[in-house]
Amino acid sequence: MSTEVAFSVRGLDAGFGDNEVLHGIDLDIFERGVTAVIGPSGCGKSTFIRCLNRMHEQIPIAWSRGDVRLDGADVHGPDVDPVLLRRRVGMVFQKPNPFPTMSIRGNVLAGLTLTGRLDRSRADETVERSLMQAALWDEVKDRLDEPGGSLSGGQQQRLCIARSLAVEPDVLLMDEPCSALDPIATARIEDLMYALRESYTLVIVTHSMQQAARVSDRTAFFLMGDLVEVDETSSIFTAPSDQRTEDYVTGKFG
Amino acid sequence: MTAGPHPMPGTGEAAGLSPALRRRSVLYERLFAWACLAAVVLPLLLLAVLVASVFIAGLERLEWSFLTGFPSRKWEKAGILPALVGSGGLVVLTACMALPVGVAAAVYLEEYSRPGRVSRLIELNIANLAGVPSVIYGLLGLEVFVRVVGMGRSILAGACTLALLVLPIVIMASREALRTVPDTLREAATGLGATRWQTVRGVVLPMALPGVLTGSILAVSRAMGETAPLIVVGALTYVTFLPDGLDSPFTALPIQIFTWVSRPQRGFLIDAAAGITVLLGLLLVINLTAILLRDRLQRRNS
Repeated sequence: MSTEVAFSVRGLDAGFGDNEVLHGIDLDIFERGVTAVIGPSGCGKSTFIRCLNRMHEQIPIAWSRGDVRLDGADVHGPDVDPVLLRRRVGMVFQKPNPFPTMSIRGNVLAGLTLTGRLDRSRADETVERSLMQAALWDEVKDRLDEPGGSLSGGQQQRLCIARSLAVEPDVLLMDEPCSALDPIATARIEDLMYALRESYTLVIVTHSMQQAARVSDRTAFFLMGDLVEVDETSSIFTAPSDQRTEDYVTGKFG
Repeated sequence: MTAGPHPMPGTGEAAGLSPALRRRSVLYERLFAWACLAAVVLPLLLLAVLVASVFIAGLERLEWSFLTGFPSRKWEKAGILPALVGSGGLVVLTACMALPVGVAAAVYLEEYSRPGRVSRLIELNIANLAGVPSVIYGLLGLEVFVRVVGMGRSILAGACTLALLVLPIVIMASREALRTVPDTLREAATGLGATRWQTVRGVVLPMALPGVLTGSILAVSRAMGETAPLIVVGALTYVTFLPDGLDSPFTALPIQIFTWVSRPQRGFLIDAAAGITVLLGLLLVINLTAILLRDRLQRRNS
C-alpha cells in the first residue's frame, strides 16, 4: 500500500431525510491497496462508500455534507461533474448485475459504449485486457457473444468487475461483492482483489471479518454511523485500541 | 384429540374436524373449482359462438373482390377497400404520433420526475383519462383538430383524435414496463459514469422494450376498433376513392360496418358480417404479433 492519500474524508455527515446515517467521519484512504470497511448491518458502511463516488445523492431524499477529497480535489466542488467522477471511481455492487440485453463482450464495453467513448479499433484489446484483469478471460474467451446472464453468479460478478475496469478507473469501490456468492466463487474474487491492489485503490465493504482479514491492508470499523477505529488490518484484528472494536472482531456482538 | 401417536398434519383429524365436516369442506372445494372453471369456459364459449355465427353469416361475401372492391348500392358488389386502407392509414398515423409521445412521457414520469404529490396527481389523471368515453375524445378532436387547427374532416384529424385517445394507455403500459427494469441496472450504468439519458437509452429502454411494444400494439389495436370518435370527427360513410394524402376525407372499417348494419336491405347484413370477420381477423393478427414480439424479446433479455 502506498503512503499517498487517494481519498481524504473530513467531517462527513450523510443521511436520508431526517435520518442521519453517518456522523462526522474522518478517514484517509491510501492509494493502491485494499481498505476494508466493516461493521454490523445498518452502521453506514454502504452509505459511506457511496459518498465517495457521489452515488449516494442519486437517491431522492439523500443528503450529505462535509469534505471529501480525491487526490486533493473536492469531489463536491462546483467544477466536478459527478458523472465524470464515477468514471474515475468505479463501483461493484452486492448482487452481480450484468446488463441482460448485452453479450459478455457488450457488458465489458458497456461503460464505453453507453457514454459514446468506444474506440472500435481498440475494442478487442480492451475486452481482453479487462477480462484478463478480472481473471475471467480463459473461461469466456470462446463465447464472448453469449449473453452476460448465461454465466454463473461468480462469473457474473467477475464480469461486472471487468466492466468497471474497462473504464480505466483509479479507484474501485466494492459493496459486499461476495455476499451473494458461494465460498469457491468468493475465494476467486478475493484472489482477484489481492491481484488488483497492485494497480488500483480498492475500498471494500464486507460483512465478513474473515474476508477483511484475508484481503485488506487497512480496516475501518464503523458502528451506528461513527467511525470507531481505522488502522492496519493486523492491528485491528490482533490489538484493537477500542473496546468496541475488540468486542466486534471477537464476535461478542454484530 | 385422538390417541394415535402421530396424527397426520393437514388431515381433518389433525385439524380436529369430524368426518362429516371434512366431507363438506371437500364438497365446497370441488364446487368452487367448478364455478371458477365455468367462469372461464362460459364467456369463451359465448365468444366462440358469436365469432362463428358472424363468420358463417358473412361467408358468402368473404372473397378477394370483397377486399379489393369499393362500396356499392348493390350489396353483392360492395367491397371494403377504402375502409381497409383508411383503417390502415389511421393506425399507422396514430402509432407514429402516440408512441413517441407516450413513451417519452413515460420515461419522464418514471426516470426523471421526483416522486411526490405532483407525480401522483399526474398518474391519477392519466388513469382517469384512459377511462374517458371515446366519444368525448371525438368531440375534442372535432373542436380542436377539425375546427381550430383547421385540419377539416381529414384522415389526419381522425388520427390525431385517436392518438389522444390511446395516449394514456401507451403511457401507462410503458410506465409499467419501465418499472419492471431493476434499479440495480440503473445503478450499474450510473456507476460506470453514464448520464441519466445514456442509462435510459442504453440500458433501461432496451430492457423495457418488450413491455412497451406489447402495450403500444394493444393500444393501437384499440384505435383500430374505435367508431364513435371517428363518426364525430366526420369520417365519411360512403367512400368511392382511396385516401390520397393527410388531408383526404376517409372512412374506416368499423364505420363501414356500422353503415351497412343500418341499411334496410338484408343483403348488406351479409356485407357487415364479412366486414366484421375481416376486422376481427386483423385485430387477431395484430395481437398475435404483439405476443410473438414480446416473447422473442423476452427470451433475449433473460
